[in-house]
Order: sequence, then C-alpha cells, then structure tokens
Amino acid sequence: MKNLKKILALVLALVAVMTTFAACGGGETPAPEASDLKVGFIFLHDEQSTYDKNFMDAAKAACEEMGVEYAQKTQIPESKDCYDAAVELIEVDGCDIIFADSFGHESFLIDAAKKYPEVQFCHATGTQAHTAGVANFHNAFASIYQGRFLAGVAAGLKLNEMIEAGKITADQAKMGYVGAFTFAEVMSGYTSFYLGAKYVCPSVTMDVKFTGSWYDEKLEKEAAQSLIAGGCVLISQHADSMGAPTACETAGVPNVSYNGSTVAACPNTFIVSSRIDWTPYFKYMIQCVMDGKAIDTDWTGTIESGSVVLTDINEKVAAAGTAAKIEEVKAKLLDGSLNVFDTATFTVGGKAVTSYLADVDTDADFTKDTEAVEGGIFYESKHRSAPYFDMEIDGITLLDRNYG
Amino acid sequence: MAKKTDSKKEPLFHVVKRDDMPAGKAWLIRIAAIVFSFLLVGLLSMAITEKSFGETYEIMFSGVFGRLFEGKTTMLWKYLQEIAILLCLALALTPAFKMKFWNCGAEGQALVGGLASIFCMIQFGSSLSYPVLMVVIVVTSILAGAIWGIIPAVFKALFNTNETLFTLMMNYIATQIIAYYVYIEGGGSNVINPVAYGNFPTVGNNDYFVNIVTVAGITVLMYAYLRFSKQGYEISVVGESQNTARYVGINVKKVIIRTMAISGGLCGVAGMLLVAGKDHSINTNLVGGDGFTAILMSWLGQFNPFIMVVMTAIVIFLRLGVAKVADTALLNHSFSEIIVGIVILILVGCEFFIHYSIKFRQSKKEVKA
Repeated sequence: MKNLKKILALVLALVAVMTTFAACGGGETPAPEASDLKVGFIFLHDEQSTYDKNFMDAAKAACEEMGVEYAQKTQIPESKDCYDAAVELIEVDGCDIIFADSFGHESFLIDAAKKYPEVQFCHATGTQAHTAGVANFHNAFASIYQGRFLAGVAAGLKLNEMIEAGKITADQAKMGYVGAFTFAEVMSGYTSFYLGAKYVCPSVTMDVKFTGSWYDEKLEKEAAQSLIAGGCVLISQHADSMGAPTACETAGVPNVSYNGSTVAACPNTFIVSSRIDWTPYFKYMIQCVMDGKAIDTDWTGTIESGSVVLTDINEKVAAAGTAAKIEEVKAKLLDGSLNVFDTATFTVGGKAVTSYLADVDTDADFTKDTEAVEGGIFYESKHRSAPYFDMEIDGITLLDRNYG
Repeated sequence: MAKKTDSKKEPLFHVVKRDDMPAGKAWLIRIAAIVFSFLLVGLLSMAITEKSFGETYEIMFSGVFGRLFEGKTTMLWKYLQEIAILLCLALALTPAFKMKFWNCGAEGQALVGGLASIFCMIQFGSSLSYPVLMVVIVVTSILAGAIWGIIPAVFKALFNTNETLFTLMMNYIATQIIAYYVYIEGGGSNVINPVAYGNFPTVGNNDYFVNIVTVAGITVLMYAYLRFSKQGYEISVVGESQNTARYVGINVKKVIIRTMAISGGLCGVAGMLLVAGKDHSINTNLVGGDGFTAILMSWLGQFNPFIMVVMTAIVIFLRLGVAKVADTALLNHSFSEIIVGIVILILVGCEFFIHYSIKFRQSKKEVKA
C-alpha cells in the first residue's frame, strides 16, 4: 500500500536522524577546563558597526599579543541582557575579565560585578566607577578630544585649500557634523573637532545634526545629505555606520571620518579618521590581572599611550602639508603648549568662559558638581575618564537636538 | 471546494484546500519538519563554523542551558525567562487572532505597559509601600496595554478601519513616547539607570521566578478561557462569521472591544514583566521585536496555548543556541537570525502542506507534501 510506504520512509528517516543524534551524544569528549586567563567581551552590535568593530579588532589584537583566550557576545542590548551575558561569559565560558563597550551597559555590569567579586569588570565610556564603590568595576576612555582636534586640523587645512583655490569664500567655510545624541561624549567630540579646524582656519563655522541613534545608516546618510544641501562643504560624524561617509562620496564632499579609515569605500572624499585604539587598554587590564594588580578605577588613554590615533591620511584628498601640520600640532599637544579646550579660543554666548561646573558624578538629577576650568583651561577627562564637556560654543549651530 | 473542470486553460498545477488529513498524520509531518529543521541548523552551522555536528549541538546546548549538569541553573532560568516573555505575547495575541482581528500591535502594547511600570516605579517608588506599589504597577500596566489595544478596536468596531495598519502605527507612537520619556528621565545620556523600587522579588536567588510562574499561570487561564468560557466561544463565533454572530444575538462590537482589551492588557503584562521583573529600566528596544515573533508563535501554536509553549521553547532554544555558535565562531550575529528565520519558514511551510495539497494538471498523481 502506498501510504504504508510513505510512513515507512518517514519512520526510517526519523530513525536515521535519531541515530545521528545518539552517535553525536556518545562520541563527545568533555572540553578541557580552561586553566589560563580568559577575557569575555560584550558588544552592543557586531562588526557592521564601526564603533564595535574598533573594539573587536582591538580585542583580537590584544588577546593574541598577550596569548590569552577570549570569548565574545555580540548584539547585547543595554538591558538586563548585559548582566545575563556577563553571567554566561563567566559561568559557561569561564572568563576572568569582562569588558562591555556601551554606555548603557554600565549599571547592569555593576550588578554583575557585585555578584562576582573575583572577576574583574571593565567598561568603556562609563561614568559610575569612581562613585559606585565596587572594587572590581572599572571605567576607561581615552582623550579622544585630542584626536578629534588633530582631525579638525586636517579639515581646516582642506577648507583653507578650498578658499585659496577660489572654490568657496572664507565665509562659506562651513562644516557639517552628524552626531548621535546631544550629550557630553558627542558634544566634546564635535567641539574639539571644530576647535581643531578653527586653529588653522579662523573663519570656520559648523552645523550639527543629531540622529538619535548610535547606528542608523539611513538617518546618518540623510543627515549628511541635508547638511550638504544646507551649504556645508566638509562633513564629519560621530555615529557608527557608513551612512555619512557614503553620502559624502556620492556628493563629492570631503569627509573626516571616525572609528577607522573609510578610504576603501570612499577613495575620493576620505581625508583622515581619528579613533580610539583600545588595544593598549586591553593589554593593560590583562597585564594587571596576570600580575594580580588593581586596575585603575578610571583609566584615560592618551596619544602617548597609543590609545588616541589617526589613520593614514588620504593624500589624494587631503590638503598639501597636512601630515606635517598634524605632527607639529601633535607635538604641541604633547608638550602641553597647546590645549584643546583653552578658554581663550572660544566663547559661549559671546562671553569668555572663566568657570564651568560639569556633571561628573552620576546622580538622578544631573547635578553639575565639579569645577572643570582651571587657569583658563577646561580639563576634559581629568575628573573621570568619560568626557563631560557639554558647552555649546559660538560658531557651532545645533540644527536640532536629539536626546534619544 | 475547487472542482476540476475539463477546460483546456487549466493551469499547470493548482492548490486545493484539504480538510481530510488525519490529526495523527498532520502531527507526524509537523514533528518531521521540526526534526528536519534541527538537522538543517546543525548542518548549516557545521558548514560555516567547520565544527562537527556534535560539537555544534554541544555549543548550542551550552548557550541555552549553560553548565546545567554541574548544577549551575542560571542559564536555564534565563532560557525560561525568554520563553515566558515570547509566550506571554503570543498568548496575548491569540484571542484577537481567533476573532480574526489581526493585532500587529503587541510590540506597542507591551511598550506602553512597560512605560506604565517604569513611570510608577520612578514616581511612586519612594512614597508608596511595596505591596501598594506593586498593585499600582500591575493595575496601571494592564490598563495602559488595554487602552493601547482598545483604541484600534473601537475604530474597527465603529468605522471598520483596517486593524492591521492601525495597530502597526500604534507601535511607532508607543516607541516615540518612550524615546521622549527616556529623554526626560535620562537627561541626554539616552539611558535610564535601573530603578531600585517596585522590582519583582527574587525567589531563591532567582530574578526571573516570578515572571515564569506568572506566565505559566496565564497559559493555563488562557487555555481555559478560550476553551471553556462563554466569552471564548463568542470569540470563535465572531471569528468564523460576524453575520452568524449577529444572528445568534452576540454583540459583535462589544466582543471586539472586550477581546482587544484582554489582548492589549496581556501585552501590557509582558511589558511589566520586562520592566519590573527584568530590566528595572526602559528603552525603545524593550520588547526587541518579540511582539512580531509572537504573531508567528500564536499561529504555529494553532491558537492552542500548550502547543505555543512547545513552539516558543523551540524558537528560543534556537535563538540562544545559534547565537552561542555564532559568538563562539566569532561570526556575525545575523547568522542566528537567519537560522531562526529559516526554521520558522520550514515550520510555517509545513502547515501549508498540511492544509493544502498541490494538484497537477491532467496527470492523476498527487504531489506529496
């Protein structure tokens, strides 16, 4: 009978499958217990985000160099899922250090740090380590404002070249900036970029648009396009997709990128990119655990430590002499003769800034609690590693605001 | 039923609905589809990660159950928690679907439920006593979700608007309201730090126990409601034919609005479980698309709560397990989404072949599913 045949075939197929399962179950050998140090990384997105890719590349480089194993969890939202991911990395993968890369991971990571006091927890961009009182929880960031400033110098030189070539007048030297959210990390970034450009091109102004997302290719592209339509002749961004760079390449507008080189996709518009190289920090935190030493509560990477870097300059697009000028300015930043947030170089509401209370300690009401200006200089990343510069200086126009 | 004609313009093949498949055979096909999809998952993972079939499943099990055999149950609870949320949303959608009201707004209804929870936690957390606070959270969350469900239901009942579009649009409104709320409470950093008040109690060092037990209870109640209650029967009648329902004296408008209140209210519960029982915070990604996956879960579960338990358990197993495979092999996370997508496609596909058969022109043989 036909039906019987069908059923027989199905049963045989099932039996075959079951035996495959059984064979696999029987043939397993238990994985050897990891005795060496292991690092667990928690990433907000995956390598499609330039932000996370920057961390992922550094994780791989640092762990290979230090000869330690690592495990990772990608696409971990800023919720209890971060806590669960940490638990998984510790209990299943046996990690001794946990690192998370997104701002909103922090509170959940602190909860995990309280539960596993023998594991070290490190967190990028966070603000709570210096007040949380959890010994095995640490924040880290880098003085990326210095890198942004240098990238801004490259942008300013390009503007000068355009002015000299008669393509634009000095008054038309307007840059556009695509930011994610209207808060200190982004504001500190675009302000230092602007001040870098202004350092070499005094007439520069800048328009800023916010997307309200760290990663939204469409929105970032649209924001860049609308800035270009609004008369911006050079674009930079602090958001993590390829949206703004590709919009620039299409429109033929020079772009100063972030998080890494986009020259492959944008050979005709990419000038230079600043980024934080996390490898030095990862090596530092691994070394600390190996040596049984305490990790700094707030660690700020610098140009000296190799944490703040610029990618190769795209000579095809950059103005002549950009590399030499950047080296010159970098030397001044290093010897302290030049400060990014020197209050003599900018005004707020037409007035010079002599004092500014920054919101350094995290609390529910966002109280401004710490004086950040000393001797005419706003000291960024001094009182904690994450940026806290959030003034709106003259010359920069915020076309919109987006707080999330 | 489509009847064969002798017309020469008969297409190469046509699809015929069949009602005659015995339940046993249908289930055999379903189980075969599940086994087949698991086999395929293993093979695909093998091909991409270059690990053996056994290793692949070992990694998947570790991603779902962790080191369960060493007595560490944390991961198991996480697995049950993920099932609970997806199941709760699927259960919430079921009465609406049985009524043929296509509620695509579970995401938004859960979001406003979660919003009500976090609002109460922040506003009344320090002023109300714990039991009172919890009652307020439960009531407001259910109400918020219910209101979000009632709005499209009223428009449907009174003006016969398209509920699919309406409920979908309500999702975006909910998302934007939460984005604005996060801005107010988060002060520009886009993050609301976890609130210490109004959290569900941990039972035996376990954060998710209350959530899981709650959803287990809802599962049984929903089964009983749909199967044994008069209201459940009314839902079925309205779903079959609104004219029949009217003829036998059922107030169709009332049933539509009441059912959507239940559907939305239960989504609100899911939102509450996520906020008060898990994150203690909120962001626009709170539900993470589960409101849409739940639509499939309800369908795959044939609107039967207990089958939904099995279906959600399978889907969450794959989601967590394949994510672990991807992470272990340092693969892109999309890998797990693709795999889960393929599996759901297979499961939905097998339903098609259970309910329909393909008949070819002239030739008298029937194509087997």
